[in-house]
Amino acid sequence: MNEKTEKLIDKKGIRLDGRKADELRPIKLQVGVLGNADGSAYIEHGKNKILAAAFGPREMHPKHLALPDRMVLRCRYHMAPFSVQERKSPAPSRREIELSKVIRESLEPALFLELYPRTGIDLYVEVLQADGGTRCAAITAAALAIADAGVPMRDLVVACAAGKIDDTVVLDLYDAEDKLGAADVPLAYMPALNAVTLLQMDGVLSPDEFEKAVDMAMTGCKKIYEMQKEALKTKYMVVKEVEE
Amino acid sequence: MSSPLTRVRLKQISQLIEKGKRLDERGLHDYRDLKIELGLIERAEGSARVLLGKTEVLVGVKVETGEPFPDTPNDGVQTVNAELVPIASPNFEPGPPDENSIELARIVDRGIRESKAIDTEKLCIEPGKKVFVVFIDVYVLNHDGNLIDASALAAMSALINTKMPNYEVKDGELKIKQGYTPLPLKNHPITVTIGKIGNTLIVDPWAEEEQVMDSRFTMAIKDDGNICAIQKGLSGFFTPQQILEASKLAQQKAAELRKKLNW
Repeated sequence: MNEKTEKLIDKKGIRLDGRKADELRPIKLQVGVLGNADGSAYIEHGKNKILAAAFGPREMHPKHLALPDRMVLRCRYHMAPFSVQERKSPAPSRREIELSKVIRESLEPALFLELYPRTGIDLYVEVLQADGGTRCAAITAAALAIADAGVPMRDLVVACAAGKIDDTVVLDLYDAEDKLGAADVPLAYMPALNAVTLLQMDGVLSPDEFEKAVDMAMTGCKKIYEMQKEALKTKYMVVKEVEE
Repeated sequence: MSSPLTRVRLKQISQLIEKGKRLDERGLHDYRDLKIELGLIERAEGSARVLLGKTEVLVGVKVETGEPFPDTPNDGVQTVNAELVPIASPNFEPGPPDENSIELARIVDRGIRESKAIDTEKLCIEPGKKVFVVFIDVYVLNHDGNLIDASALAAMSALINTKMPNYEVKDGELKIKQGYTPLPLKNHPITVTIGKIGNTLIVDPWAEEEQVMDSRFTMAIKDDGNICAIQKGLSGFFTPQQILEASKLAQQKAAELRKKLNW
């Protein structure tokens, strides 16, 4: 394997896919893409293609899972068998179960759970194609799906990763950089509240590099946040034009 | 769990913490008493029992032969599993691992894997065909909070305690010889969990504090002080400033533990 000798970033600071260190992949966001969901969103983040659907607030099934004093958010992150190079079994893997949990925990701080006792929101995230950074793209889309369902939120949640390839801290790793790079730091953020709601890391970073990566990921989040707001406006502006 | 008495008690815990005090009279940044016992399961290649206050975790390590992953034909395999055994808490139920035990196992796994604690290259018997598989099984025996730190400490201690049978390869067959050698290790990650209650950061939360905790921050730190894994958990958030504080605090506590454990 000579992959290790190949440089992920060249002397001019250009990465294998042509991006600069602090450059995001192209992102396309669309709100309200599914007919039967109460809220939905679609994200293309580089080659990631992800659908998110929100149902609710509605009665919990099974009923005994309902809580008397707050709403329950349930989340399932799931990868389609054809979303990766080698077919993935459709049964939930341990990775998917962990990601479902951290995605749920990244969105809960944005919701007024106590305002909807005895109800639940079901949030389904389907990764149709994966290219590194799916949990972040999933969170960005999921927040839009919940907003599209008309559920009041403290702020949108937006997520983006930073990491380290070769010796450089870079923004928004894609699949090859994630696999061959030194570290990956996914982060979710509510910009208006200055609150970090998801933070993970694998790989090895010095404390200074870690601080730099957190900073860089937050800057990336703020850029995607503007796109999120634009995507919501786009949907609801169109509705307005039809009414007139 | 939410009887009137505990509600009063939980409120008391958060009010005390606001004033910089804890119900068990520890300082905000103090660990509970830590005791580690090694090698108490003779059938396992390595084992350790960790007592962190009243939290008790037993880890057994089994070393067996198996196939390597196709993308790493020269490396032995590491797997971590965690069982929240029903004897450990009235809230644990028998059955397949739930999201909490999966998350616990994956955090412990990430710390060991990303720090390259196990020298997996030395666990290769026949490239692409046969390698040693190291099974690390985390068994929670009593839950009194901070299972992550206790489990990570127990897992690493059990690995340090692990002895592998000597062997030789003859005509592609594995022959076990007499005697044992220690499992080859390259690093000794230490995992520290910081809890956030209100706007206060605490170290080593115990069970009742965990019930009022907004969020937690777990960091695994290598021998050289570099960071090798992080996980934020629970339904609260951290401000960027609090993340930096928690990160510094975790590094400081890891250094203290490392000195104490002599790893």
